[in-house]
Amino acid sequence: MTKPVKISIRNLYKIFGDDPQHALKQVQAGKSKADLLNESDHVLGLRDINVDMKDGEITVIMGLSGSGKSTLIRHLNRLIDPTSGEVLVNGEDIMSWDESRLRGLRRQTMSMVFQKFALLPHRTVLENAGMALATQGLKQQEFETEATKWLERVGLAGYGSQYPHQLSGGQQQRVGLARALTSNSDIMLMDEAFSALDPLIRTDMQDLLLELQAELKKTIVFITHDLDEALKLADHLVILKAGAIVQQGEPQHILLNPADPYIEQFVADINRARVLRVRSVMTKGAPEGKVCGDIAASDNLESVISRARGALDRRFRVMEGDTPVGSLTMADLMLALVPREARIPA
Amino acid sequence: MATYDGLFDTLGLRSWCDSGDGGGPMSMADLLAQTGGSGDGGSGRLPFPSLDSLNDACAAFPQSRDLTVGLEEGFLSIRDPLRAIVDPLTQPLSWMLNGTLNIMTTTPWFIMIPLLMLISWCVGRSWKIVGLVAFGLGLLAFVDYYDYAMQTLAIIFVCAFICVLFGVPIGIAMSRSDRLQRVAIPVLDMLQTLPPFVYLIPLIFLFSVTEPKLYGIAVILYAIVPVVRLTDLGIRLVDKDVIEAADAFGMTKRQKLFGVQIPLALPNIMAGVNQTIMMSLAMVVIASMVSAPGLGILVLRGIRNLELGVGLIAGLGIVILAVLLDRVTKASLARIDSSQSSR
Repeated sequence: MTKPVKISIRNLYKIFGDDPQHALKQVQAGKSKADLLNESDHVLGLRDINVDMKDGEITVIMGLSGSGKSTLIRHLNRLIDPTSGEVLVNGEDIMSWDESRLRGLRRQTMSMVFQKFALLPHRTVLENAGMALATQGLKQQEFETEATKWLERVGLAGYGSQYPHQLSGGQQQRVGLARALTSNSDIMLMDEAFSALDPLIRTDMQDLLLELQAELKKTIVFITHDLDEALKLADHLVILKAGAIVQQGEPQHILLNPADPYIEQFVADINRARVLRVRSVMTKGAPEGKVCGDIAASDNLESVISRARGALDRRFRVMEGDTPVGSLTMADLMLALVPREARIPA
Repeated sequence: MATYDGLFDTLGLRSWCDSGDGGGPMSMADLLAQTGGSGDGGSGRLPFPSLDSLNDACAAFPQSRDLTVGLEEGFLSIRDPLRAIVDPLTQPLSWMLNGTLNIMTTTPWFIMIPLLMLISWCVGRSWKIVGLVAFGLGLLAFVDYYDYAMQTLAIIFVCAFICVLFGVPIGIAMSRSDRLQRVAIPVLDMLQTLPPFVYLIPLIFLFSVTEPKLYGIAVILYAIVPVVRLTDLGIRLVDKDVIEAADAFGMTKRQKLFGVQIPLALPNIMAGVNQTIMMSLAMVVIASMVSAPGLGILVLRGIRNLELGVGLIAGLGIVILAVLLDRVTKASLARIDSSQSSR
């Protein structure tokens, strides 16, 4: 089940400084970020980024602050222009586009949600939600139904005539989300969209996003520095460090097979029982012999432990829909909960 | 023997100096030296080179008074072409000033005062402010300065309007171009620090003293600075995130300017307008020296004829006008602030 690629980033480099082209040659010849900064005062923002973002999936780009993730997402709608490389949207290189085509892309194909909400403080919630349509030249009565619909969908029915400063942070970001949805774009860019919210509201917003995504199947690019959030949302996870991709792939795979110590360190602190799914740790092949029950392949390990009531001698049959696809013993399950670097060789 | 003789001799410029013997008029120092009977004109001077002391040693050097004379002659020589250009350009200012002065002084008080109250209601939406305006104008009428106050107000209205008309676009242009800002800020600094009287000097040479545009230009040059500065500042201070959002949703430059930047910079722009009105009030008093009508004339009379009472009462009248103008513009500023106090 391979979905078509919606956005594709090819060999993308970004260098900040006075003479980026010269610095680019040095970087391509293998100069490190620290050397470049010391010798020529250029900052290496992104180094050789290649990512395919598939249609209808949530691609999460994760990294600590300064890793270049916010710079990367701004290349997708060319708020920042790269030093070299291509960005393909629906197979077309947007680097060659002129200003008016680019404006069309930003108005109709891509919408964006910001960390600091970035609502217009002098416009009402309704006008903010309809901002994309108003920018295209629609009058308020023309976008009102659409904007109201999405405001209701994000749980802000009846708030249309208020001003952003009258709303709480979580509600303001709901307006930000409604604004992006009202544009009816296929692609949504979310730049640390939930990072400024407090934890409970953040969880609510994540659930809301997943719920909307199940229905709308948009292509979402989500930036975060929070691994729990990344694992919860991601279909495809990209981990950035110092402007380069360290590892990308299916989040469960990254969790079980971290590519280097940096990622191992990253994944060490998370609640593996809640994040890992049965599918990733089961033994493949329909089980023979006695099992004590069926579990779904998409269940997380936490639910299996509670199902077994903590007992360690159980063995479950794993079902994908109606067909058995594998088996899982509680012993395997417990072992999977131990991060790789903490394991003692048998 | 003058101080710098040796310098010119060693440089081998003696013959150049003598050939350029100006035989110009003697400087004041020379005159004093002659009448005092002592020969050494250079001894009492400061130790560093000045035009006059260099002139002593070498006649080819101009005296410092030649500098001021030269400046004056230079200005006079370009005056006619300059006037040919500037005169028609600024003529509408004269018409506007004359027209507004005429309207505001001939309209009877029972129309004018309610009209001003209505304007302050529209701008400030506060009955307290409207009451203050009525009280202030009544007070001015009580001391029989109503007509003078109207003249002053008329000049301020016209000048502040023109300041906003030109100042806001200049400020917007400055906010968009760092280079323009670098050029404009020293000019604005100069306009703001030049003593107000100095504006009048070249203008008197350029226009006839009876023309209203003479003081109009002086008031505008002096008062335009804050609205330019604060428009530039206000637009530059607009939240970068909001601007980025506007870009990300594909707004054109024009949509961004009128839909985002100007509305969000409005509190700062209004603060600039308030300052501009205050400064034009200050300048309109000084401009009464070049025939600007209004309360300033009475202040001037107080100084010239030593009429203490007239001068002081007129001064207090100006204070009353200043308070009214300030409160009304501040009220509108507060109204804008409260309607969009963000974050």
